[in-house]
Amino acid sequence: MSAIFTVANKEFRDGLRNRWVLSICIIFSVLAIGLAYFGAAAAGKVGFTSLSSTIVSLASLAVFIIPLIALMLAYDGVVGEDENGTLLLLMTYPLSRWQLLLGKMVGQSAVMAFSTLIGFGSSAIMMGVFSDTTWAELIGPYTVFIFSSMLLGWIFIAIAYVISASVSEKSKAAGIALITWFVFVLVFDLGLLGMLVGTQGNVDEAMFPYLLLLNPTDIFRLVNITYFADQNLTGLMAIAQQTQFSMLSLLGGMLVWLALPVTLAMAIFNRRGL
Amino acid sequence: MNDTMNIVELQQVEKRYQGVTALNKLNLEIRQGEVLGLFGHNGAGKTTTIKLILGLIGASSGQVKVFGEDPTQSEARNLRRKLGFLQENVSFYDQLTGLEVLQYFARLKGVSKKSCLSLLEQVGLSQAGKRRVKTYSKGMRQRLGLAQALLGEPKLLLLDEPTVGLDPIATQDFYRRIEILKQQGCTVILCSHVLPGVEKYIDRALILGQGNLLAEGSINDLRHQASLPATFHLQGRGLTLPDRWAEKAFQDELGIRLDIELKDKMAAMKQLVGIQGLDNMDIHLPSLEDLYTHFIESHNGAGSAMNVTQEAAQ
Repeated sequence: MSAIFTVANKEFRDGLRNRWVLSICIIFSVLAIGLAYFGAAAAGKVGFTSLSSTIVSLASLAVFIIPLIALMLAYDGVVGEDENGTLLLLMTYPLSRWQLLLGKMVGQSAVMAFSTLIGFGSSAIMMGVFSDTTWAELIGPYTVFIFSSMLLGWIFIAIAYVISASVSEKSKAAGIALITWFVFVLVFDLGLLGMLVGTQGNVDEAMFPYLLLLNPTDIFRLVNITYFADQNLTGLMAIAQQTQFSMLSLLGGMLVWLALPVTLAMAIFNRRGL
Repeated sequence: MNDTMNIVELQQVEKRYQGVTALNKLNLEIRQGEVLGLFGHNGAGKTTTIKLILGLIGASSGQVKVFGEDPTQSEARNLRRKLGFLQENVSFYDQLTGLEVLQYFARLKGVSKKSCLSLLEQVGLSQAGKRRVKTYSKGMRQRLGLAQALLGEPKLLLLDEPTVGLDPIATQDFYRRIEILKQQGCTVILCSHVLPGVEKYIDRALILGQGNLLAEGSINDLRHQASLPATFHLQGRGLTLPDRWAEKAFQDELGIRLDIELKDKMAAMKQLVGIQGLDNMDIHLPSLEDLYTHFIESHNGAGSAMNVTQEAAQ
């Protein structure tokens, strides 16, 4: 246990030192505050708009940027240490492989969680102070949003470790991470839409929303729109809206999505040669 | 633990990577307090041997025992507290300071943080301890690596190219530290292809080539095995050599050169010192480097490889 904590602690400190924490905090808070304030600019007005539209637009931006940041943060977690020579060294210490991997994941997850809390939390505070929305109204939606954002970040950190443990070169890991991001964030949804159009909507309606569960970014979106069912939704989310997954089952789905790559990364790392 | 205990035991150890034999039936016993030099070209099997001893890889066949246990077993993980290891070209974490890096490794090894400062001082990094590792030179990184290997007073030290990037004074310091550790009962395995200066500090040398043991023994043993001559260089005017040596002498850029078998060395010295007109006499004994070259070359020479291996195994 203490070994995991030692590794996690070092990773977090690394994150502070190389300015990852700072950069992510700034990106998230600029994004969140900007959306909260200028979100309605298209409608010809500035100022804090409704909470629900703010969160839904935040979620639809976060779904692009969080996976990207998480993948960038963690893609070299294993292969980078290997290239430095420190992986070999660490394996001669009284430390098992799973402890090292878990420690690194926990540390970087803490970086992600901390930055998400500060970045998005700052916009919640801004809204609480400067808009008409009351604190009580803010707390629920922002808790759901921040927590699901953290989960999304952790899922992609774990996915990054699957990539990092599988390859032998950092550049390869970076390339595969980019493709992974592209597939989950863009290709998957386009594929589903294409399937809908191609079959002229002739897909089993009951089954279709479940296909969205195959993509953690879609679950993340579902989590956040479930909270604001009154929103005018377009695209895939509108279809999924018909089948109401409960909030708990959606979060449960994200936890499954977290557990899978963590387990897979460990299995792959255990078989990695030195 | 008594003096005769073998810290490391390798019996008929083989390691194959995808059909390529990296190590071929190696037998090795290292006693407590011994300093062993492991020499060979790249790909000779040095790193494979080290990794086997560290338990990072398992042997394809044969038996590896470290402190009497199989190092690849997870129960042996606690033995690693007694191990110190420094590999070639380790670059550590650029964003952390030298002290933070050392403290990180200390915590993982279960060593108190207090020892870190004194270790940094011992390797001459006390000034740089508060600076980030990315500002370190190669030599400084190497010294940080050494400090890391020395954490927790290891009983077995494995050092791969430990003096690469160290200046001559730091190298001397390093060898002196090895000497002290040896006196404290620490067993040391030095792995290198850079040889000058190391022979004084090792008890035994092991020369590997393409996964085979080419020669093993103390420097003196190796000199006898190789039967390389001592080289005499004589300078002076109008030198007349005794008949016994005259026929072997020839002129080179350093003067009159004589290659004399080691067993005749003393006799030759006595006679040569007395000859008229001698200004200077240099004697060069076969160094570890000469022996290394000799064993590698005779291994590469067709057909002779087996002889050398057998000779060395005796």
